[in-house]
Amino acid sequence: MTTSHYILKNASILGGAKSDLYIADGIIKEIAPNIIHEGATVFDINGSIALPGLVDLHTHVREPGREDSETVLSASKAGAKGGFTALSAMANTSPVADTAGVVEQVFRLGQEAGYLNVFPVGAVTQALEGKQLSEIGAMADSVARVRVFSDDGFCVSDPLVMRRALEYIKKFDGVIAQHAQEPRLTVGAQMNEGEVSAKLGLKGWPAIAEEAIIARDVLLADHVKSRLHICHVTTAGGVEIIRWAKARGIQVTAEVTPHHLLLTDDLAASYDPIFKVNPPLRTQKDVMALREALADGTIDIVATDHAPHSSESKDCEWQEAAFGMIGLETALSIVHKTMVQTKLMDWQLVADRLAIAPAKIGRYDAHTKGLTVGAPAHVTVINPEKSWIVDRDLVLSKSRNTPYHGIELPGVVTHTFFNGAATLIDSSVVSKVVN
Amino acid sequence: MKHLLSISDLNAMQAISILDTASELARISDGQVKKLPTLRGRTIVNLFAEDSTRTRISFEAAAKRLSADVINFSAKGSSLSKGESLKDTAQTLQAMGADAVVIRHSASGAAQRLADLEWMSGSVINAGDGTHEHPSQALLDAYTIRKHLGKGSRDLQGVRVAIVGDILHSRVARSNVLLLTLLGAQVVLVAPPTLLPVGVESWPVTISYDFDAVIAQVDVVMMLRVQQERMSDLFFPNSREYSRYFGLNSERMSKMSAQAIVMHPGPMIRGLEISADVADSARSVIVEQVSNGVNVRMAILYVLLAGGPLEMVTN
Repeated sequence: MTTSHYILKNASILGGAKSDLYIADGIIKEIAPNIIHEGATVFDINGSIALPGLVDLHTHVREPGREDSETVLSASKAGAKGGFTALSAMANTSPVADTAGVVEQVFRLGQEAGYLNVFPVGAVTQALEGKQLSEIGAMADSVARVRVFSDDGFCVSDPLVMRRALEYIKKFDGVIAQHAQEPRLTVGAQMNEGEVSAKLGLKGWPAIAEEAIIARDVLLADHVKSRLHICHVTTAGGVEIIRWAKARGIQVTAEVTPHHLLLTDDLAASYDPIFKVNPPLRTQKDVMALREALADGTIDIVATDHAPHSSESKDCEWQEAAFGMIGLETALSIVHKTMVQTKLMDWQLVADRLAIAPAKIGRYDAHTKGLTVGAPAHVTVINPEKSWIVDRDLVLSKSRNTPYHGIELPGVVTHTFFNGAATLIDSSVVSKVVN
Repeated sequence: MKHLLSISDLNAMQAISILDTASELARISDGQVKKLPTLRGRTIVNLFAEDSTRTRISFEAAAKRLSADVINFSAKGSSLSKGESLKDTAQTLQAMGADAVVIRHSASGAAQRLADLEWMSGSVINAGDGTHEHPSQALLDAYTIRKHLGKGSRDLQGVRVAIVGDILHSRVARSNVLLLTLLGAQVVLVAPPTLLPVGVESWPVTISYDFDAVIAQVDVVMMLRVQQERMSDLFFPNSREYSRYFGLNSERMSKMSAQAIVMHPGPMIRGLEISADVADSARSVIVEQVSNGVNVRMAILYVLLAGGPLEMVTN
């Protein structure tokens, strides 16, 4: 039984008209002007924008196995800080999330932390080796109810394995989230292959290595009539293939990360591995194509690919460094900067791309209803007028590998509600979630 | 100028002043004085995290002729081979009071990381980083070219240079493209398309796949080493075919113009990219490159550590 109840006063609903929101019993009870309820905690947010709680379809929480760089709890807090109410814990943990036991453990850790829903992603293949299917059915039937399967970090490169996986998951309406990277074209690859890699003498990761897999997999998905999701699309060519596939009616969805909406490969000239990420940062032309695709819906969602790494994994030579950057706490600000301030999207589209659409792809039914009366109260509030300067020493993630350190970003997430409980109040994560 | 990390750190005047300093140092050491007191009491560390005999001894000789104390730190048997990070190694060198570190490393950008992160406060000299750059090699190559073909000019205006071979993996090629074009030379890269990087179109050079069409047109033929393992990575079918199209043998050399020279940064693979008779021919300045290397590296150390280029002593 919920004891706390809240009134969000003067919320601009999805960036539109101002209204009050009444949150009680874990649901959105009322959306109307001038709500008054005895005993409710009132936050006058003074025209800040209320969005449905954000949903990330691509998060590395590192637990079990690398609790030194992130845990389910620390990722949950970082998520709450960034306005998230659901994360999708990628399978490349140690042990790999390829059995019901591991996904149930991660799911339970998420419940215990209580800041948001942690939906485990199951591995497509045992130990992410790309050879034998993992216990996909058992993970789907487990308490964690897994629907998204991915070998992320590795591509399911064998076309027969990919075909079988796509077929198998139809049994329970699952989706295969593919890390599109042709392995033979990217042996030892360090950064986008192009003018910058030629100059820097870093081994190239060609766009074609991504596009070739996307092309193959949309055709496979068409052939077996199953659901395919493309993780972190980075290239203009990849966008074109997905646009073509959607026009053909193929069941394909796609994500873009915040960093690929903003950063470009010339940042590698510093040889600072903070900019080393897989897939790599691409060119300005790709960035512009990705933004356009996100706005027109060719790319369905933004997903963080939040990838925490210990400092020693980044405080070294480029080639030695780990791939990846953290992103939960900066995602909404980056989307504000790249998509809203540029007038490519309004806040209604932001709500779709960062909350509703990812929840639909993952079949996270409690997160698909948006800001409607009777829906589970997952709510995020952003003050679009304020800005903040990213400080890697202040992140809630256990790792500091943000590429935005010292950069001013627009939009401050001030409040997050998960299942009717406040997890973020005045930009501070609550020390314990009280229901 | 504190570090020498990339040729792109230099403007033409700075590059020329290093070459002029090298000329002056060569003139002095050809005379009575074999050793200068300039860097007495300074410590230079040769941090060689990748095997290289010739570059290390060249820097060592250069430092010693300037009276510096030299510490050699090579990968084999050192803590670098035991998994110590570059950062910890650098901090150790800093604690030992190194005034300059000459670094050779298999990772592109290692020298820049060492300089940028202020793991240590001394000068950093890039002695070859991965497949990125090898600026001291380019400077000694430019010095050698100027000596032979400069016609008294301080730069390389109008000199035509072919760089032949594995451009993709060559730090020597990258530094030479930047430096030779900075000094006014025209550069043509000759290689099979597999051994040219994607993105090479943006370089200030022309590209050719046809060595025979180029060889009579240039004043300098600079051959690059081709590593045997490139074959297994499918860059070319086999060494015989590579030699046939891109090797320099005496027949091909006979098409070169009268004053043209043959260069090679070493180590050579005789019989693959260059035949033995070419390497030992009168056109070959390969051995001279080695001796010029010491003077140029003295000049680099002089400019970085003694506070600027050596002024010409008027006769």
